[in-house]
Amino acid sequence: MAATRPLPRLDSDNRAFWTGGAEGELRIHHCRDCDSWNHPPMPVCRKCLSENVAPEAVPGTGVIDTFTVNHQAWGPGMEVPFVIARVALDGAPGVILTTNIVGGPVDEVDIGDRVRVTFEQHDDVWIPLFEKAA
Amino acid sequence: MASRAAYITGVGQSQIGQKLTRHPLLLTLDALKEALDEAGLTLDQIDGVATYPGRMAGYLGFSPVGTDEVIEGFGLKPRWRLGGMELSAQLGAIAAAADAVKAGHARHVMCFRTVYEAAAMARPDEYPMAKRGRVDGASQWTAPFLASSAVNWTAQYAMRHVKTYGLTREQLAQIALNDRKNALLNSRALVREPLTMDQYMSARMISTPLCLYDCDRFSDASTVVIVSAGDAVDEVSCTPIRIAASAGAVDRASWDQAEWMASYATGAELWKHTDYKAKDVDTVQFYDGFAFLALTWLEALGFCAVGDGGRFIEGGQRIALDGELPLNTFGGQIGAGRLHGFGFAHEAVVQLRGKGGERQIKKPDPKLAVATSGGGPLATALLLARD
Repeated sequence: MAATRPLPRLDSDNRAFWTGGAEGELRIHHCRDCDSWNHPPMPVCRKCLSENVAPEAVPGTGVIDTFTVNHQAWGPGMEVPFVIARVALDGAPGVILTTNIVGGPVDEVDIGDRVRVTFEQHDDVWIPLFEKAA
Repeated sequence: MASRAAYITGVGQSQIGQKLTRHPLLLTLDALKEALDEAGLTLDQIDGVATYPGRMAGYLGFSPVGTDEVIEGFGLKPRWRLGGMELSAQLGAIAAAADAVKAGHARHVMCFRTVYEAAAMARPDEYPMAKRGRVDGASQWTAPFLASSAVNWTAQYAMRHVKTYGLTREQLAQIALNDRKNALLNSRALVREPLTMDQYMSARMISTPLCLYDCDRFSDASTVVIVSAGDAVDEVSCTPIRIAASAGAVDRASWDQAEWMASYATGAELWKHTDYKAKDVDTVQFYDGFAFLALTWLEALGFCAVGDGGRFIEGGQRIALDGELPLNTFGGQIGAGRLHGFGFAHEAVVQLRGKGGERQIKKPDPKLAVATSGGGPLATALLLARD
């Protein structure tokens, strides 16, 4: 991929998500009243409107919901092809992350594949990428 | 005064080109004059104005002209106005204008969409993109993964159709092939060269399963649609086309948290507002910024079952000008250019009035059309009827 990844501007809503990788944790907002998992992170539960929500670590594994192999270099230095995928997270029902599947050939990725998170640090941001689980 | 119905009266379009030097406000004027001429209206009868998304200072090619510019530029004195990025989708401006004239806020609303993306790319000094620092909002969930293009987001929905429902490239090709064939019959269309199945199948991939020919092309153009109140249509000289229903529903305001694109919720919603059924529709004009989006609209509006879109368009006969459900008769965005939504409403009106010329559908006396815009969390559908 090699191109410069645009980085998120950190704020009170998203900081736990984007920095959890420093401790090796993938953190998703959890409602402690109704046990829902919510993403993107917001200060309220979208299921029950409880404000008793907080980021909590999830296992960091999941399954590929769908994917695409991007072949178009959108900017200078972008190495193609690479895989963009939606990963449905274990332990956080209903939450899907858009991510990249890394560490293997692009033509060996499929819907239903089990994957595991791996973090890539850029400045103060830890980007959750996924690789196929052994 | 409130009115029971809303109609599309005049429609107009500028030239459609790439790297045009004509000022985008003047392209908008070209489209407006054509719409006024067709309707037999004068500028001082326009008392409302609506657009999507409005002028975008950081992305002028995408939208260089908003309601401010047409009000100041053309001396309009609207009693009602609307523009915004968070409408249900591009055609949400027309749906809102219909509600406004029914509520009595205006009698004749100029609805418009002006695009200047090809010119802006060619002249970045004049039409700069905002310098991007860190991303926030929805962009933060895609851009860090180098997934900034809507083609990547759309492709993932398309891949699910490939893997789950067996959609093939040969099937999906029919959207682009049909568009390009129809564009040959539209003198204004941007791309006027035939496309063969061989060319399609050997095209380079952009984002699997979508190839180069599944994508529309940046263009410079303006489209105007005038929405008039039911009690004002006796002031116009063209055949009024009734906005029989509209819808713009969404389950999740997100490209990646939703299981289905908003087109599916919007399609179901549309039929709740009318006694017409999908089988009554004579022609459909479906958003095809990426070819797969048109296929989702076929499923979403019940022209075929969910997952059957590929089989529905297979071979292309069904969606051709002489087929049972002619699709994107002006060439869609893939053939006519990226008019960004408004081209579909424009063409539905042209067809219902029998003014398509060489590209007029072969069914006699068409009375009902659906025009849509949007993909992902954006979706608006209009049901248009000639009474």
